[in-house]
Formats: sequence, C-alpha cells, structure tokens
Amino acid sequence: MLLAQIQFEQRKGDTCESENGFCPSWIGDNFERYVDPFWQHVFLTVTAVVLGFVIAFALALLAHRKRWLIPPISVTSQVLYGIPSVALFLLLLPATGRGNTTALIALVSYTLVFVFVNVSTGLDGVPEDSIDAARGMGLTENQLLWRVEVPLALPEIFAGLRIATTTTVGLAALAFFAGAGGLGEPIYRDIGFKSNVAVAGGLCVLLAAVLDLAILHAQRMLTPWRRATP
Amino acid sequence: MAEGHPLSATLQLASFVGEFADALDFLFHERESVSGQTEIGGSELFHLTGNHLALSAASVGLAALIAVPLGLVLGHYGKGEFAAINASNVGRAIPTLVLLAVFVAYLGIGFVPIMLSLALLALPPILTNTYVGTRQVERDSVDAARGMGMTDAQLISRVELPLALPIIFAGVRVAGINVVATATIAPLGSVDSLGTPIIAANVYGRDGRLGAAIAVTVLTLALSAGLAALQRAVTPRGLKLAPTRSRRHRLLTPLRRRAEATP
Repeated sequence: MLLAQIQFEQRKGDTCESENGFCPSWIGDNFERYVDPFWQHVFLTVTAVVLGFVIAFALALLAHRKRWLIPPISVTSQVLYGIPSVALFLLLLPATGRGNTTALIALVSYTLVFVFVNVSTGLDGVPEDSIDAARGMGLTENQLLWRVEVPLALPEIFAGLRIATTTTVGLAALAFFAGAGGLGEPIYRDIGFKSNVAVAGGLCVLLAAVLDLAILHAQRMLTPWRRATP
Repeated sequence: MAEGHPLSATLQLASFVGEFADALDFLFHERESVSGQTEIGGSELFHLTGNHLALSAASVGLAALIAVPLGLVLGHYGKGEFAAINASNVGRAIPTLVLLAVFVAYLGIGFVPIMLSLALLALPPILTNTYVGTRQVERDSVDAARGMGMTDAQLISRVELPLALPIIFAGVRVAGINVVATATIAPLGSVDSLGTPIIAANVYGRDGRLGAAIAVTVLTLALSAGLAALQRAVTPRGLKLAPTRSRRHRLLTPLRRRAEATP
C-alpha cells in the first residue's frame, strides 16, 4: 500500500539514472540542487547549537551557584532528549507552524542535555586546590568563576559542544518534517535513487566531520596549557 | 480578525487544542481514510505498534547477538580498544535518516534492509558498553577466578559477563530507545510502523499524523522508563550493595568525547 504513496521522481536520461544507479555524470550535472539545502542545513545546525549552548551554559552557571536546581534541570533536559525527533517536530507544528522556528525549537531542546551536563561536571571537577589558591590571591566569586573555574572546565565543555554539534547535524536531517528543509528533504523525496542518497548523505556526514574538527581546533587554541602535556 | 485582537488569541488557542483533540480521537476511534477506502486509526494502531516493536526487537536483538560476544572477547583480551570505544562516536556522526536511506537505496525496500540499518544503528552503543563493562571488572576477581582454575571461556561467561551486565544492559537500553525512535521512519522503506500515518499523510490526514506523533512519543518515553526499571532489576545484588556514588553524581555522568560508556 505504501509504495503507491511514495512518489518516485521521474528522471529521463541514460539507463544509469532510470535504474536508480550511482551515476557520477548525473551528480556532476545536478550538484547545484543540493547547494541550497546544504546551506539551510548549516544554518539550522549552527543556529541551534549556538542558541542551545548559550541557554544551557547560562543554566549550568546558575545551577553551579544554586545547587538544588541541578536535578530538575538535568531531568527536564533528559526527558526532552528522549522525545523522538520526528514526533517533536510534528507535535510543535500546531503551536508554531511550519518553518525554521519549529525546527529550531526542537533542535535547541536536543542540545541542552549535552551542554548542561558537561558544563556542570566540568565546573564540579575543578580541583579544590586551584579554587583555594585563587581565593587566597583575593579573587572575587566572579573572577574565580571566569578566570579559574571556566578555563579549567573547558575540555569538558568542548566535549559537550562536540557531541551536541554532531547530534544536531543528524537531527537537522529530519527538520523537513517541520517544513524547514535541509539535506533530509532531497533524501526523503527520492530515497530509492543511489546518486541522490550518496550526495545528500555524503554532505551530511561531511558537515558533521568539518564542524567537529573546527570545534576541536578552537579547543586547542583556547587551552594552550594542555598542549604541553600530551 | 485583526492582529492582536483579544479574540484572535483565543481562537488560535482553541484551534490548537482542537487539533490535539482530533489527534487523540484518531488514536481511540476508527475512521475512514482520507480517500475513503480503508479503515484507519483506533484498533489499526495495535497492528502498527506491534509491527513497530517487532521490527525494533529484531534489530536490537541482532545487534546484541553480534556486539555482546564481540565486546566480551575484545574486552577479555584487551584488544581493539580504539575501535570499540570510538564505534559510538562514529555512529553518532552518521545521521539516522542517511543510514536508513543508504540501505534502502543500495539494498532495496522491505523488512530485511530496514532491520539491518536499525541493527547497525544499535550496534555501537552495545559494543562500546560491553567492552568498557568487561574491562572495568576488577582484576582481583579475575585473578581469583583464574586461581580457581577457570578457563578463558568460563572466566568470560561466569565472571566477566555477570559483573558487566548492568553496563551492557545500559548500552542495550540506549540502543533500544534509539531504534524505537528511528523505526518511525521505517515506512520510507515500505515497512509498516507507527510512523506510517506520518509518512503516508495523504491516507491518514493531519489527525493521523499528529496522533501518530503522540503515540510514538508515549511509546518511547514509556519504554525508556520501563527499561530503566529493568536495568535496576538485572543488576546483581552484590553490585547494588557496593558503595554507590552520591545521588547528584549519578544524575551527572559526564559525556566525554571519547565516550567511556553510556550511563
């Protein structure tokens, strides 16, 4: 019954294309149609990760001072993460309509758990001795946070950011359910065509790898003291 | 109605509530499909849920059948650490839709390709957790078992497997939740699941689409809670007696990039 529902795109051309094969010449001629979905995918991923990072980082700093906030925030973010992405996109539609807003609300809510948990554990893992030494030097609570605790927590924070980013690239591939496009849309439209799946899927994986390496590079730049000790 | 008029907000809320009410009605009562040929909704969802769970169970079962023995053997001999630990990281970088689409495009539609793609999705967390669980068994216990004359095979099955079981099960739980969530898009490969009303929206209509989204959410959250309870149940009593970390610490297990194991 389902086969009748999924409409396969009709392609005219040589046998490779009509047989849904992997055709380098088709890919060369049609690469342009993937450019816009690709940049939409980049937009969704980067915006969601930046917004999610800012929200979760602020929540983690707040919970660092007011410790009773940790269980409710971490449980809420874990439950949000537990909702299947396709379902969350659709559940939001009646409230926020089709488009970027719906997609971003869902994507941001999935990044929270990684960033919040890692920032919190990173801050908790700062050695007592470093904090004592900083207090002894006369640092105020704010100076202590920004000059000692946050820098020492950076490896954990970046680890959370990297997991959040690669996960978001994958979830943004389903954002077309919210009407927000992305690389998932061409895959969904013509899932039986090997060339189509190879290009769109390849771009997804490539995007995840490039963003991951970029964050890793940023981490190296921001934590020069860790380069000395292998 | 003018923008900002007090009535317009009320109407918007009413239509919002109405859409969810219609979706719930779809879940509990049969109705005719959009084109009017078949009965959809209500009891039909038992069939879809059954298929959804059967597909998920087959996929996770297959993954566990491969990953648990492999992880136990690798962990026992301490080989292949890099591959076993990084499997999860590589797995996370490949979007589920891409994984499924590659199997559909290159192997074709039907139960087997979809099951294989979901099994591949389930494999990394189970492998990583089995490996880590086996490695973290206390060396004293292993030495004592060796002193009693156990062979490698006995050591694996009678000492390492039981002691690693809670961590292995945590991997199976994470894999299972991922697979049940992803089985929603199985209809893309012509396999019926609770995602069918979502993918075949021209048969099921808006109510069916939203209703299925509600059903998938409830199923996943219930399964997640159920498996967490089961995990506590399969933990050997001896391990429960061991001094546990503080409650706060358990809520916040760090997610490292080179993820040790999923909590």
